[in-house]
Amino acid sequence: MKIIVPIKQVPETSNVKMDPETGTVIRAGVETVVNPLDLYALETALRLKEQHGGTVTALSMGPPQAVKALKEAVAMGCDDAVLVSDRKFGGSDTWATSYTLAQAVKKIGDYDLIIAGERATDGDTAQVGPGIASWLDIPVATYVARIETVKDKHIVLERLVEDGYQILSLPLPCLMTVVKEIAAPRLPTLGGKIRARELTIPVFSTENMELEPAALGLKGSPTKVVKIDTPKVTRGGKVVRAGDDEAVVSAVDELMSFLEAKGIV
Amino acid sequence: MSFVWTIAEQHDGKLRDVSFELLARGRKLADKLGTKLASVLIGDKVGEQAMEELIRRGADEVYSIQDPRLANFVCESYARVLTRVIKTYQPSIILAAATSSGRTLMPYLAIKVTAGLTADCTELDIEEGTGNLLQTRPAIGGNIMATIKTPDHRPQMATVRPKSSRPLPADASRSGKIIAVPVTDDMIDGRATVVGYRKDATDFVNVEEADIVVAGGKGLKKGDNFTMIRTLADSFGGVVGASREAVDRGWIGYPHQIGLSGKTISPKLYIGVGISGSIQHLAGIKTSEIIVSVNSDPDASLHKVADFGIVGDAFQVVPEIQRRMDRRNGGAK
Repeated sequence: MKIIVPIKQVPETSNVKMDPETGTVIRAGVETVVNPLDLYALETALRLKEQHGGTVTALSMGPPQAVKALKEAVAMGCDDAVLVSDRKFGGSDTWATSYTLAQAVKKIGDYDLIIAGERATDGDTAQVGPGIASWLDIPVATYVARIETVKDKHIVLERLVEDGYQILSLPLPCLMTVVKEIAAPRLPTLGGKIRARELTIPVFSTENMELEPAALGLKGSPTKVVKIDTPKVTRGGKVVRAGDDEAVVSAVDELMSFLEAKGIV
Repeated sequence: MSFVWTIAEQHDGKLRDVSFELLARGRKLADKLGTKLASVLIGDKVGEQAMEELIRRGADEVYSIQDPRLANFVCESYARVLTRVIKTYQPSIILAAATSSGRTLMPYLAIKVTAGLTADCTELDIEEGTGNLLQTRPAIGGNIMATIKTPDHRPQMATVRPKSSRPLPADASRSGKIIAVPVTDDMIDGRATVVGYRKDATDFVNVEEADIVVAGGKGLKKGDNFTMIRTLADSFGGVVGASREAVDRGWIGYPHQIGLSGKTISPKLYIGVGISGSIQHLAGIKTSEIIVSVNSDPDASLHKVADFGIVGDAFQVVPEIQRRMDRRNGGAK
Protein backbone atom coordinates (compact mmCIF):
# COMPACT_ATOMS: atom_id res chain seq x y z
CA MET A 1 0.00 0.00 0.00
CA LYS A 2 1.45 3.33 -1.05
CA ILE A 3 0.38 6.23 1.13
CA ILE A 4 1.06 9.95 0.63
CA VAL A 5 0.69 12.37 3.54
CA PRO A 6 0.56 16.09 2.67
CA ILE A 7 1.79 18.11 5.68
CA LYS A 8 2.24 21.81 6.40
CA GLN A 9 4.80 23.72 8.37
CA VAL A 10 3.05 26.21 10.66
CA PRO A 11 4.06 28.67 13.41
CA GLU A 12 4.15 27.02 16.82
CA THR A 13 1.00 28.36 18.44
CA SER A 14 1.19 27.14 22.02
CA ASN A 15 3.66 29.88 22.90
CA VAL A 16 2.16 32.58 20.74
CA LYS A 17 1.93 35.88 22.58
CA MET A 18 -0.27 38.78 21.64
CA ASP A 19 1.00 42.33 21.62
CA PRO A 20 -1.41 44.01 24.07
CA GLU A 21 -0.92 47.40 22.38
CA THR A 22 -1.59 46.43 18.78
CA GLY A 23 -3.51 43.19 19.29
CA THR A 24 -1.27 41.44 16.77
CA VAL A 25 0.57 38.14 17.08
CA ILE A 26 4.20 38.55 18.07
CA ARG A 27 5.95 36.51 15.41
CA ALA A 28 9.56 37.22 16.23
CA GLY A 29 11.27 34.13 17.52
CA VAL A 30 8.23 31.92 16.95
CA GLU A 31 9.32 28.38 16.11
CA THR A 32 7.80 26.46 13.23
CA VAL A 33 6.44 22.95 13.69
CA VAL A 34 4.59 20.30 11.72
CA ASN A 35 0.92 21.34 11.80
CA PRO A 36 -0.23 19.50 14.98
CA LEU A 37 -3.29 18.07 13.20
CA ASP A 38 -1.04 16.54 10.51
CA LEU A 39 0.59 14.36 13.17
CA TYR A 40 -2.63 12.34 13.35
CA ALA A 41 -2.47 11.83 9.58
CA LEU A 42 1.16 10.69 9.79
CA GLU A 43 0.32 8.29 12.64
CA THR A 44 -2.66 6.85 10.72
CA ALA A 45 -0.47 6.29 7.65
CA LEU A 46 2.32 4.66 9.65
CA ARG A 47 -0.15 2.29 11.37
CA LEU A 48 -1.69 1.29 8.04
CA LYS A 49 1.80 0.60 6.71
CA GLU A 50 2.56 -1.57 9.75
CA GLN A 51 -0.63 -3.57 9.18
CA HIS A 52 -0.62 -3.82 5.41
CA GLY A 53 2.94 -3.16 4.29
CA GLY A 54 3.94 -0.53 1.75
CA THR A 55 5.46 2.92 1.99
CA VAL A 56 4.59 6.33 3.40
CA THR A 57 5.71 9.51 1.60
CA ALA A 58 5.44 12.89 3.30
CA LEU A 59 4.75 15.82 0.96
CA SER A 60 4.95 19.49 1.80
CA MET A 61 4.60 22.72 -0.14
CA GLY A 62 6.39 25.73 1.26
CA PRO A 63 9.65 27.64 1.44
CA PRO A 64 12.96 25.69 1.52
CA GLN A 65 12.83 25.73 5.34
CA ALA A 66 9.78 23.42 5.19
CA VAL A 67 12.31 20.64 4.77
CA LYS A 68 12.51 20.68 8.57
CA ALA A 69 8.88 19.53 8.82
CA LEU A 70 9.53 16.78 6.27
CA LYS A 71 12.60 15.58 8.21
CA GLU A 72 10.44 15.34 11.31
CA ALA A 73 7.96 13.18 9.39
CA VAL A 74 10.81 10.92 8.30
CA ALA A 75 12.05 10.76 11.89
CA MET A 76 8.59 9.50 12.88
CA GLY A 77 8.86 6.69 10.33
CA CYS A 78 7.98 7.95 6.84
CA ASP A 79 10.01 6.22 4.13
CA ASP A 80 10.66 9.29 2.05
CA ALA A 81 9.62 12.89 1.54
CA VAL A 82 9.12 15.46 -1.22
CA LEU A 83 9.34 19.23 -0.93
CA VAL A 84 7.29 21.30 -3.35
CA SER A 85 8.95 24.69 -3.46
CA ASP A 86 9.25 27.56 -5.89
CA ARG A 87 8.93 31.32 -5.56
CA LYS A 88 6.21 31.15 -8.20
CA PHE A 89 4.03 29.19 -5.70
CA GLY A 90 4.09 32.10 -3.23
CA GLY A 91 0.75 33.60 -2.22
CA SER A 92 -1.28 30.57 -3.32
CA ASP A 93 -4.79 30.34 -1.89
CA THR A 94 -6.37 26.94 -1.22
CA TRP A 95 -7.42 26.55 -4.88
CA ALA A 96 -3.88 27.09 -6.23
CA THR A 97 -2.28 25.15 -3.34
CA SER A 98 -4.45 22.09 -3.92
CA TYR A 99 -3.72 22.29 -7.67
CA THR A 100 0.04 22.39 -7.11
CA LEU A 101 -0.05 19.58 -4.54
CA ALA A 102 -2.26 17.43 -6.80
CA GLN A 103 0.29 17.87 -9.61
CA ALA A 104 3.03 16.80 -7.17
CA VAL A 105 1.01 13.70 -6.26
CA LYS A 106 0.72 12.88 -9.98
CA LYS A 107 4.48 13.27 -10.35
CA ILE A 108 5.09 10.91 -7.42
CA GLY A 109 2.94 8.47 -9.33
CA ASP A 110 1.03 5.37 -8.18
CA TYR A 111 -0.61 5.73 -4.79
CA ASP A 112 -3.43 4.00 -2.94
CA LEU A 113 -4.26 6.51 -0.28
CA ILE A 114 -3.70 10.16 0.59
CA ILE A 115 -4.12 10.99 4.28
CA ALA A 116 -4.22 14.63 5.40
CA GLY A 117 -4.85 16.44 8.67
CA GLU A 118 -8.30 17.93 9.12
CA ARG A 119 -6.95 21.47 8.63
CA ALA A 120 -3.86 23.54 9.36
CA THR A 121 -3.79 25.54 12.56
CA ASP A 122 -2.71 28.75 10.82
CA GLY A 123 -4.91 29.04 7.71
CA ASP A 124 -7.67 27.01 9.38
CA THR A 125 -9.70 26.45 6.19
CA ALA A 126 -9.80 22.61 5.89
CA GLN A 127 -10.08 23.18 2.12
CA VAL A 128 -6.81 21.85 0.73
CA GLY A 129 -7.49 18.16 1.49
CA PRO A 130 -10.83 17.96 -0.37
CA GLY A 131 -9.32 20.28 -3.02
CA ILE A 132 -6.50 17.82 -3.79
CA ALA A 133 -9.06 14.99 -4.07
CA SER A 134 -11.12 17.08 -6.48
CA TRP A 135 -8.14 17.88 -8.73
CA LEU A 136 -7.22 14.17 -8.79
CA ASP A 137 -10.90 13.27 -9.21
CA ILE A 138 -10.79 10.67 -6.44
CA PRO A 139 -13.37 10.18 -3.66
CA VAL A 140 -12.85 12.01 -0.37
CA ALA A 141 -13.78 11.29 3.25
CA THR A 142 -13.27 14.09 5.80
CA TYR A 143 -13.30 14.07 9.62
CA VAL A 144 -12.33 10.38 9.72
CA ALA A 145 -12.27 9.16 13.32
CA ARG A 146 -11.79 5.41 12.77
CA ILE A 147 -10.77 2.99 10.04
CA GLU A 148 -12.82 -0.19 10.08
CA THR A 149 -11.25 -2.32 7.34
CA VAL A 150 -8.93 -2.08 4.36
CA LYS A 151 -9.47 -4.96 1.94
CA ASP A 152 -10.28 -5.76 -1.68
CA LYS A 153 -9.12 -2.32 -2.78
CA HIS A 154 -11.72 -0.67 -0.53
CA ILE A 155 -11.51 1.19 2.74
CA VAL A 156 -14.40 1.32 5.22
CA LEU A 157 -14.20 4.14 7.73
CA GLU A 158 -16.17 6.26 10.18
CA ARG A 159 -16.55 10.03 9.76
CA LEU A 160 -17.36 12.22 12.74
CA VAL A 161 -20.48 14.15 11.66
CA GLU A 162 -23.05 16.33 13.47
CA ASP A 163 -25.20 13.56 14.88
CA GLY A 164 -22.84 10.63 15.19
CA TYR A 165 -20.58 8.73 12.86
CA GLN A 166 -21.22 8.19 9.15
CA ILE A 167 -19.81 4.86 7.94
CA LEU A 168 -18.47 5.18 4.42
CA SER A 169 -16.94 2.69 2.00
CA LEU A 170 -14.55 4.11 -0.59
CA PRO A 171 -12.58 2.46 -3.37
CA LEU A 172 -8.82 3.05 -3.47
CA PRO A 173 -7.29 5.36 -4.44
CA CYS A 174 -9.01 7.94 -2.29
CA LEU A 175 -8.19 10.79 0.09
CA MET A 176 -9.14 11.11 3.72
CA THR A 177 -8.67 13.80 6.33
CA VAL A 178 -8.47 12.62 9.92
CA VAL A 179 -9.38 14.05 13.33
CA LYS A 180 -7.52 13.70 16.60
CA GLU A 181 -9.74 10.83 17.77
CA ILE A 182 -8.19 8.45 15.22
CA ALA A 183 -4.83 7.79 16.92
CA ALA A 184 -2.27 9.28 19.30
CA PRO A 185 0.80 10.30 17.30
CA ARG A 186 4.13 8.61 18.05
CA LEU A 187 7.33 10.48 18.81
CA PRO A 188 10.26 10.52 16.41
CA THR A 189 12.79 7.75 17.15
CA LEU A 190 16.54 8.12 17.43
CA GLY A 191 17.05 5.83 14.43
CA GLY A 192 14.50 7.86 12.53
CA LYS A 193 16.27 11.11 13.35
CA ILE A 194 19.56 9.71 12.09
CA ARG A 195 17.90 8.53 8.88
CA ALA A 196 16.18 11.89 8.43
CA ARG A 197 19.45 13.75 8.83
CA GLU A 198 21.06 11.71 6.10
CA LEU A 199 18.12 11.62 3.70
CA THR A 200 18.24 13.92 0.69
CA ILE A 201 14.76 15.30 0.07
CA PRO A 202 13.95 15.95 -3.60
CA VAL A 203 12.52 19.35 -4.51
CA PHE A 204 9.65 19.60 -7.00
CA SER A 205 9.45 23.01 -8.66
CA THR A 206 8.29 24.71 -11.86
CA GLU A 207 11.54 23.36 -13.35
CA ASN A 208 10.54 19.72 -13.09
CA MET A 209 6.74 19.66 -12.68
CA GLU A 210 3.98 19.75 -15.25
CA LEU A 211 2.11 22.91 -14.33
CA GLU A 212 -0.32 25.38 -15.83
CA PRO A 213 1.39 28.76 -15.14
CA ALA A 214 -1.98 30.55 -14.90
CA ALA A 215 -2.98 28.34 -11.94
CA LEU A 216 0.01 29.14 -9.74
CA GLY A 217 0.70 31.37 -6.78
CA LEU A 218 -0.96 34.67 -6.02
CA LYS A 219 -1.88 35.30 -9.67
CA GLY A 220 -3.47 31.88 -10.05
CA SER A 221 -5.55 32.25 -6.89
CA PRO A 222 -9.23 33.13 -7.34
CA THR A 223 -9.46 34.69 -3.86
CA LYS A 224 -7.67 37.91 -2.96
CA VAL A 225 -7.13 39.29 0.53
CA VAL A 226 -8.48 42.85 0.61
CA LYS A 227 -7.52 43.77 4.16
CA ILE A 228 -6.41 42.39 7.49
CA ASP A 229 -7.83 43.66 10.77
CA THR A 230 -6.78 42.75 14.25
CA PRO A 231 -9.85 42.45 16.42
CA LYS A 232 -9.73 43.67 19.98
CA VAL A 233 -8.21 41.09 22.31
CA THR A 234 -10.58 41.81 25.17
CA ARG A 235 -14.30 42.42 25.22
CA GLY A 236 -13.94 44.83 28.12
CA GLY A 237 -16.11 42.56 30.19
CA LYS A 238 -16.67 42.65 33.91
CA VAL A 239 -14.67 40.44 36.25
CA VAL A 240 -15.88 40.04 39.83
CA ARG A 241 -14.08 38.36 42.70
CA ALA A 242 -15.78 35.69 44.75
CA GLY A 243 -13.34 35.01 47.57
CA ASP A 244 -15.77 33.93 50.32
CA ASP A 245 -19.28 32.51 50.60
CA GLU A 246 -20.90 35.90 50.71
CA ALA A 247 -18.97 37.12 47.67
CA VAL A 248 -19.94 33.95 45.77
CA VAL A 249 -23.62 34.68 46.35
CA SER A 250 -23.34 38.30 45.24
CA ALA A 251 -21.16 37.41 42.21
CA VAL A 252 -23.71 34.83 41.07
CA ASP A 253 -26.50 37.37 41.74
CA GLU A 254 -24.76 39.73 39.41
CA LEU A 255 -24.16 37.01 36.80
CA MET A 256 -27.83 36.04 36.81
CA SER A 257 -28.95 39.66 36.33
CA PHE A 258 -26.43 39.98 33.50
CA LEU A 259 -27.78 36.84 31.78
CA GLU A 260 -31.33 38.07 32.37
CA ALA A 261 -30.52 41.43 30.77
CA LYS A 262 -29.10 39.55 27.77
CA GLY A 263 -32.29 37.54 27.46
CA ILE A 264 -30.62 34.20 28.16
CA VAL A 265 -32.57 33.25 31.29
CA MET B 1 -28.09 36.60 -13.79
CA SER B 2 -26.61 37.49 -10.44
CA PHE B 3 -28.52 35.04 -8.28
CA VAL B 4 -27.59 34.39 -4.69
CA TRP B 5 -27.84 30.74 -3.67
CA THR B 6 -27.79 28.93 -0.35
CA ILE B 7 -27.23 25.20 0.02
CA ALA B 8 -29.98 23.84 2.28
CA GLU B 9 -28.99 20.98 4.56
CA GLN B 10 -31.22 18.07 5.39
CA HIS B 11 -30.83 14.88 7.34
CA ASP B 12 -33.31 12.01 6.99
CA GLY B 13 -35.49 14.30 4.90
CA LYS B 14 -35.69 16.96 7.61
CA LEU B 15 -34.21 20.44 7.14
CA ARG B 16 -31.48 21.52 9.52
CA ASP B 17 -31.78 24.93 11.21
CA VAL B 18 -28.60 26.11 9.53
CA SER B 19 -30.51 26.13 6.22
CA PHE B 20 -32.60 29.02 7.57
CA GLU B 21 -29.56 30.81 9.02
CA LEU B 22 -27.99 30.78 5.56
CA LEU B 23 -31.16 32.25 4.05
CA ALA B 24 -30.98 35.18 6.50
CA ARG B 25 -27.43 35.87 5.30
CA GLY B 26 -28.37 35.38 1.66
CA ARG B 27 -31.48 37.59 1.87
CA LYS B 28 -29.37 40.56 2.97
CA LEU B 29 -26.96 40.07 0.05
CA ALA B 30 -29.69 39.50 -2.54
CA ASP B 31 -31.53 42.65 -1.43
CA LYS B 32 -28.34 44.68 -1.66
CA LEU B 33 -27.74 43.38 -5.17
CA GLY B 34 -31.40 43.67 -6.12
CA THR B 35 -31.53 40.05 -7.16
CA LYS B 36 -33.27 36.80 -6.31
CA LEU B 37 -32.37 34.41 -3.52
CA ALA B 38 -32.61 30.69 -4.21
CA SER B 39 -32.06 27.70 -1.96
CA VAL B 40 -30.75 24.43 -3.40
CA LEU B 41 -32.07 21.34 -1.66
CA ILE B 42 -30.41 18.01 -2.45
CA GLY B 43 -31.82 14.87 -0.85
CA ASP B 44 -34.57 12.30 -1.13
CA LYS B 45 -38.26 12.43 -0.25
CA VAL B 46 -38.08 15.90 1.26
CA GLY B 47 -41.68 17.05 1.41
CA GLU B 48 -43.28 20.12 -0.17
CA GLN B 49 -43.72 21.55 3.31
CA ALA B 50 -39.99 21.79 3.87
CA MET B 51 -39.60 23.70 0.62
CA GLU B 52 -42.43 26.06 1.55
CA GLU B 53 -40.60 26.64 4.81
CA LEU B 54 -37.48 27.71 2.88
CA ILE B 55 -39.63 30.25 1.01
CA ARG B 56 -41.22 31.54 4.22
CA ARG B 57 -37.69 31.99 5.62
CA GLY B 58 -36.48 34.14 2.75
CA ALA B 59 -36.01 32.12 -0.47
CA ASP B 60 -37.56 33.34 -3.74
CA GLU B 61 -36.89 30.02 -5.43
CA VAL B 62 -36.12 26.50 -4.33
CA TYR B 63 -34.26 24.09 -6.57
CA SER B 64 -35.37 20.65 -5.48
CA ILE B 65 -33.01 17.87 -6.53
CA GLN B 66 -34.23 14.56 -5.18
CA ASP B 67 -33.29 10.97 -5.76
CA PRO B 68 -32.89 7.90 -3.51
CA ARG B 69 -29.20 7.92 -4.43
CA LEU B 70 -28.91 11.43 -2.98
CA ALA B 71 -30.59 10.64 0.35
CA ASN B 72 -27.29 10.78 2.28
CA PHE B 73 -24.46 13.21 1.78
CA VAL B 74 -21.77 11.81 -0.52
CA CYS B 75 -19.38 14.54 -1.59
CA GLU B 76 -18.72 13.42 -5.16
CA SER B 77 -22.38 13.04 -6.16
CA TYR B 78 -23.47 16.27 -4.48
CA ALA B 79 -20.60 18.06 -6.26
CA ARG B 80 -21.68 16.62 -9.62
CA VAL B 81 -25.27 17.72 -9.04
CA LEU B 82 -24.20 21.23 -8.11
CA THR B 83 -21.74 21.49 -10.98
CA ARG B 84 -24.65 20.76 -13.31
CA VAL B 85 -27.05 23.32 -11.84
CA ILE B 86 -24.33 25.95 -11.49
CA LYS B 87 -23.51 25.60 -15.19
CA THR B 88 -27.20 25.83 -16.09
CA TYR B 89 -28.28 28.73 -13.88
CA GLN B 90 -24.95 30.54 -13.27
CA PRO B 91 -25.40 31.93 -9.77
CA SER B 92 -23.11 34.72 -8.64
CA ILE B 93 -22.85 33.80 -4.96
CA ILE B 94 -23.22 30.44 -3.17
CA LEU B 95 -23.37 30.16 0.62
CA ALA B 96 -23.12 26.85 2.45
CA ALA B 97 -22.88 25.86 6.09
CA ALA B 98 -19.49 25.19 7.65
CA THR B 99 -20.63 21.73 8.72
CA SER B 100 -19.05 18.32 8.16
CA SER B 101 -20.75 18.15 4.77
CA GLY B 102 -20.48 21.83 3.75
CA ARG B 103 -16.80 21.95 4.57
CA THR B 104 -16.23 18.88 2.40
CA LEU B 105 -18.53 19.66 -0.50
CA MET B 106 -17.58 23.29 -1.09
CA PRO B 107 -13.79 22.85 -1.50
CA TYR B 108 -14.39 19.84 -3.76
CA LEU B 109 -16.93 21.82 -5.80
CA ALA B 110 -14.78 24.99 -5.94
CA ILE B 111 -12.17 23.09 -7.95
CA LYS B 112 -14.75 21.61 -10.35
CA VAL B 113 -16.29 24.99 -11.16
CA THR B 114 -13.10 27.12 -10.81
CA ALA B 115 -14.53 29.26 -8.04
CA GLY B 116 -12.99 31.16 -5.16
CA LEU B 117 -14.00 29.82 -1.76
CA THR B 118 -13.65 31.36 1.69
CA ALA B 119 -14.13 29.23 4.81
CA ASP B 120 -15.98 30.10 8.02
CA CYS B 121 -17.02 33.64 7.18
CA THR B 122 -18.29 35.68 10.09
CA GLU B 123 -19.33 38.66 7.97
CA LEU B 124 -20.55 38.93 4.39
CA ASP B 125 -21.19 42.13 2.51
CA ILE B 126 -21.34 43.54 -1.01
CA GLU B 127 -18.61 45.87 -2.22
CA GLU B 128 -19.92 49.23 -3.39
CA GLY B 129 -19.55 49.75 -7.10
CA THR B 130 -18.30 46.32 -8.13
CA GLY B 131 -20.95 44.15 -6.52
CA ASN B 132 -18.23 41.76 -5.37
CA LEU B 133 -18.86 39.67 -2.30
CA LEU B 134 -16.72 40.77 0.66
CA GLN B 135 -16.01 37.85 2.93
CA THR B 136 -14.55 38.34 6.41
CA ARG B 137 -13.12 35.42 8.31
CA PRO B 138 -10.99 34.83 11.38
CA ALA B 139 -7.49 33.41 10.76
CA ILE B 140 -4.49 32.47 12.86
CA GLY B 141 -6.65 31.22 15.69
CA GLY B 142 -8.99 34.18 15.51
CA ASN B 143 -6.16 36.65 16.10
CA ILE B 144 -6.69 38.41 12.79
CA MET B 145 -9.74 39.03 10.64
CA ALA B 146 -9.10 38.81 6.90
CA THR B 147 -11.46 40.31 4.34
CA ILE B 148 -11.35 38.41 1.08
CA LYS B 149 -12.95 38.80 -2.34
CA THR B 150 -13.03 36.90 -5.60
CA PRO B 151 -12.95 39.59 -8.31
CA ASP B 152 -12.60 37.53 -11.49
CA HIS B 153 -14.30 34.20 -10.89
CA ARG B 154 -17.95 33.23 -10.57
CA PRO B 155 -19.54 31.88 -8.52
CA GLN B 156 -18.14 33.41 -5.34
CA MET B 157 -18.47 30.78 -2.65
CA ALA B 158 -18.36 30.95 1.14
CA THR B 159 -19.08 28.77 4.13
CA VAL B 160 -20.68 30.21 7.27
CA ARG B 161 -20.51 28.72 10.75
CA PRO B 162 -23.72 27.30 12.20
CA LYS B 163 -25.29 29.56 14.86
CA SER B 164 -23.31 32.60 13.70
CA SER B 165 -26.50 34.16 12.29
CA ARG B 166 -30.15 34.09 13.33
CA PRO B 167 -32.83 32.81 10.96
CA LEU B 168 -35.49 35.23 9.74
CA PRO B 169 -38.91 34.67 11.26
CA ALA B 170 -41.17 32.56 9.05
CA ASP B 171 -43.29 34.88 6.90
CA ALA B 172 -46.41 33.08 5.67
CA SER B 173 -47.20 35.86 3.17
CA ARG B 174 -44.04 35.19 1.15
CA SER B 175 -44.42 33.30 -2.08
CA GLY B 176 -41.87 31.64 -4.27
CA LYS B 177 -41.26 29.08 -6.94
CA ILE B 178 -40.24 25.46 -6.46
CA ILE B 179 -38.22 24.14 -9.38
CA ALA B 180 -37.73 20.38 -9.57
CA VAL B 181 -34.44 19.53 -11.28
CA PRO B 182 -34.49 16.05 -12.79
CA VAL B 183 -31.67 13.72 -11.70
CA THR B 184 -29.86 11.88 -14.45
CA ASP B 185 -27.47 8.93 -14.03
CA ASP B 186 -24.43 10.99 -14.92
CA MET B 187 -25.08 13.18 -11.85
CA ILE B 188 -24.47 10.21 -9.56
CA ASP B 189 -20.93 9.22 -8.65
CA GLY B 190 -21.26 5.67 -7.37
CA ARG B 191 -17.72 5.24 -6.03
CA ALA B 192 -18.12 6.11 -2.36
CA THR B 193 -21.13 4.61 -0.61
CA VAL B 194 -22.73 5.21 2.78
CA VAL B 195 -22.77 1.90 4.65
CA GLY B 196 -24.56 3.22 7.72
CA TYR B 197 -24.60 5.51 10.71
CA ARG B 198 -23.47 4.86 14.23
CA LYS B 199 -25.40 6.91 16.72
CA ASP B 200 -25.02 4.56 19.64
CA ALA B 201 -21.72 6.25 20.47
CA THR B 202 -21.87 6.89 24.19
CA ASP B 203 -22.00 10.50 25.22
CA PHE B 204 -22.17 12.01 21.75
CA VAL B 205 -22.76 15.72 21.43
CA ASN B 206 -23.06 18.33 18.72
CA VAL B 207 -21.40 21.36 20.27
CA GLU B 208 -21.39 23.32 17.01
CA GLU B 209 -25.15 23.59 16.72
CA ALA B 210 -25.93 24.29 20.38
CA ASP B 211 -27.22 27.68 21.57
CA ILE B 212 -25.61 27.27 24.98
CA VAL B 213 -22.37 25.46 25.80
CA VAL B 214 -21.06 24.90 29.33
CA ALA B 215 -17.47 23.73 29.13
CA GLY B 216 -15.13 22.28 31.72
CA GLY B 217 -11.34 22.16 31.89
CA LYS B 218 -8.38 21.12 33.95
CA GLY B 219 -9.65 23.09 36.95
CA LEU B 220 -12.35 20.46 37.48
CA LYS B 221 -9.57 18.25 38.87
CA LYS B 222 -11.17 14.91 37.91
CA GLY B 223 -13.54 13.38 35.38
CA ASP B 224 -16.34 12.75 37.91
CA ASN B 225 -16.65 16.48 38.41
CA PHE B 226 -18.02 16.83 34.88
CA THR B 227 -21.32 15.66 36.41
CA MET B 228 -21.67 19.16 37.85
CA ILE B 229 -21.05 20.67 34.39
CA ARG B 230 -23.57 18.32 32.75
CA THR B 231 -26.27 19.19 35.28
CA LEU B 232 -25.68 22.90 34.77
CA ALA B 233 -25.69 22.54 30.97
CA ASP B 234 -28.98 20.60 31.20
CA SER B 235 -30.66 23.30 33.23
CA PHE B 236 -29.65 25.91 30.65
CA GLY B 237 -30.93 23.63 27.87
CA GLY B 238 -27.36 23.49 26.60
CA VAL B 239 -24.64 20.94 25.97
CA VAL B 240 -21.28 20.11 27.52
CA GLY B 241 -17.99 21.22 26.01
CA ALA B 242 -14.45 20.65 27.18
CA SER B 243 -10.92 21.94 26.84
CA ARG B 244 -8.20 19.84 25.28
CA GLU B 245 -6.68 19.23 28.73
CA ALA B 246 -9.91 17.61 29.96
CA VAL B 247 -10.24 15.42 26.84
CA ASP B 248 -6.57 14.35 26.90
CA ARG B 249 -6.98 13.29 30.52
CA GLY B 250 -9.82 11.01 29.44
CA TRP B 251 -12.42 12.89 31.50
CA ILE B 252 -14.76 13.29 28.53
CA GLY B 253 -14.93 12.23 24.85
CA TYR B 254 -13.34 13.98 21.88
CA PRO B 255 -16.63 15.15 20.28
CA HIS B 256 -16.86 17.59 23.24
CA GLN B 257 -13.48 19.19 22.57
CA ILE B 258 -13.50 22.90 21.70
CA GLY B 259 -10.53 24.71 20.20
CA LEU B 260 -7.97 24.39 17.46
CA SER B 261 -7.82 20.59 17.53
CA GLY B 262 -11.54 20.31 18.28
CA LYS B 263 -14.68 22.23 17.33
CA THR B 264 -15.16 25.93 16.73
CA ILE B 265 -18.39 27.20 18.21
CA SER B 266 -20.51 30.35 17.99
CA PRO B 267 -23.24 29.84 20.61
CA LYS B 268 -25.36 32.53 22.25
CA LEU B 269 -23.77 31.72 25.58
CA TYR B 270 -20.52 29.98 26.43
CA ILE B 271 -19.63 29.32 30.07
CA GLY B 272 -16.06 28.12 30.69
CA VAL B 273 -15.44 26.52 34.08
CA GLY B 274 -11.90 25.81 35.27
CA ILE B 275 -10.55 26.65 31.81
CA SER B 276 -7.48 28.87 31.74
CA GLY B 277 -8.08 29.90 28.13
CA SER B 278 -5.12 28.79 26.06
CA ILE B 279 -4.77 30.50 22.70
CA GLN B 280 -5.98 27.26 21.07
CA HIS B 281 -9.13 27.11 23.19
CA LEU B 282 -9.88 30.81 22.68
CA ALA B 283 -9.69 30.28 18.91
CA GLY B 284 -12.65 27.93 19.23
CA ILE B 285 -14.89 30.26 21.26
CA LYS B 286 -14.07 33.78 20.08
CA THR B 287 -17.18 34.13 17.96
CA SER B 288 -19.51 33.25 20.86
CA GLU B 289 -22.08 35.96 21.54
CA ILE B 290 -21.56 35.97 25.32
CA ILE B 291 -18.56 34.50 27.13
CA VAL B 292 -18.70 33.77 30.86
CA SER B 293 -15.69 32.47 32.75
CA VAL B 294 -15.42 30.87 36.15
CA ASN B 295 -11.84 30.40 37.32
CA SER B 296 -10.01 30.81 40.62
CA ASP B 297 -6.99 32.30 38.86
CA PRO B 298 -7.54 36.05 38.39
CA ASP B 299 -4.93 36.03 35.59
CA ALA B 300 -6.63 33.29 33.52
CA SER B 301 -6.72 34.37 29.87
CA LEU B 302 -10.37 33.36 29.65
CA HIS B 303 -11.26 36.16 32.11
CA LYS B 304 -9.67 38.64 29.71
CA VAL B 305 -11.94 37.73 26.80
CA ALA B 306 -15.03 37.19 28.95
CA ASP B 307 -18.09 39.41 29.02
CA PHE B 308 -18.54 38.31 32.60
CA GLY B 309 -15.88 36.63 34.72
CA ILE B 310 -16.07 35.25 38.23
CA VAL B 311 -12.75 34.79 40.03
CA GLY B 312 -13.67 32.05 42.44
CA ASP B 313 -13.70 28.38 43.27
CA ALA B 314 -15.65 26.45 40.64
CA PHE B 315 -16.90 24.04 43.31
CA GLN B 316 -18.58 26.93 45.12
CA VAL B 317 -19.64 29.06 42.16
CA VAL B 318 -21.16 26.34 39.94
CA PRO B 319 -23.44 24.90 42.69
CA GLU B 320 -24.57 28.46 43.43
CA ILE B 321 -25.48 29.05 39.77
CA GLN B 322 -27.17 25.64 39.80
CA ARG B 323 -29.34 26.63 42.77
CA ARG B 324 -30.58 29.73 40.89
CA MET B 325 -31.28 27.72 37.77
CA ASP B 326 -33.16 25.04 39.75
CA ARG B 327 -35.28 27.74 41.34
CA ARG B 328 -36.06 29.24 37.91
CA ASN B 329 -36.78 25.88 36.32
CA GLY B 330 -39.43 25.04 38.89
CA GLY B 331 -37.32 24.30 41.92
CA ALA B 332 -36.69 20.57 41.72
CA LYS B 333 -34.41 20.90 44.72
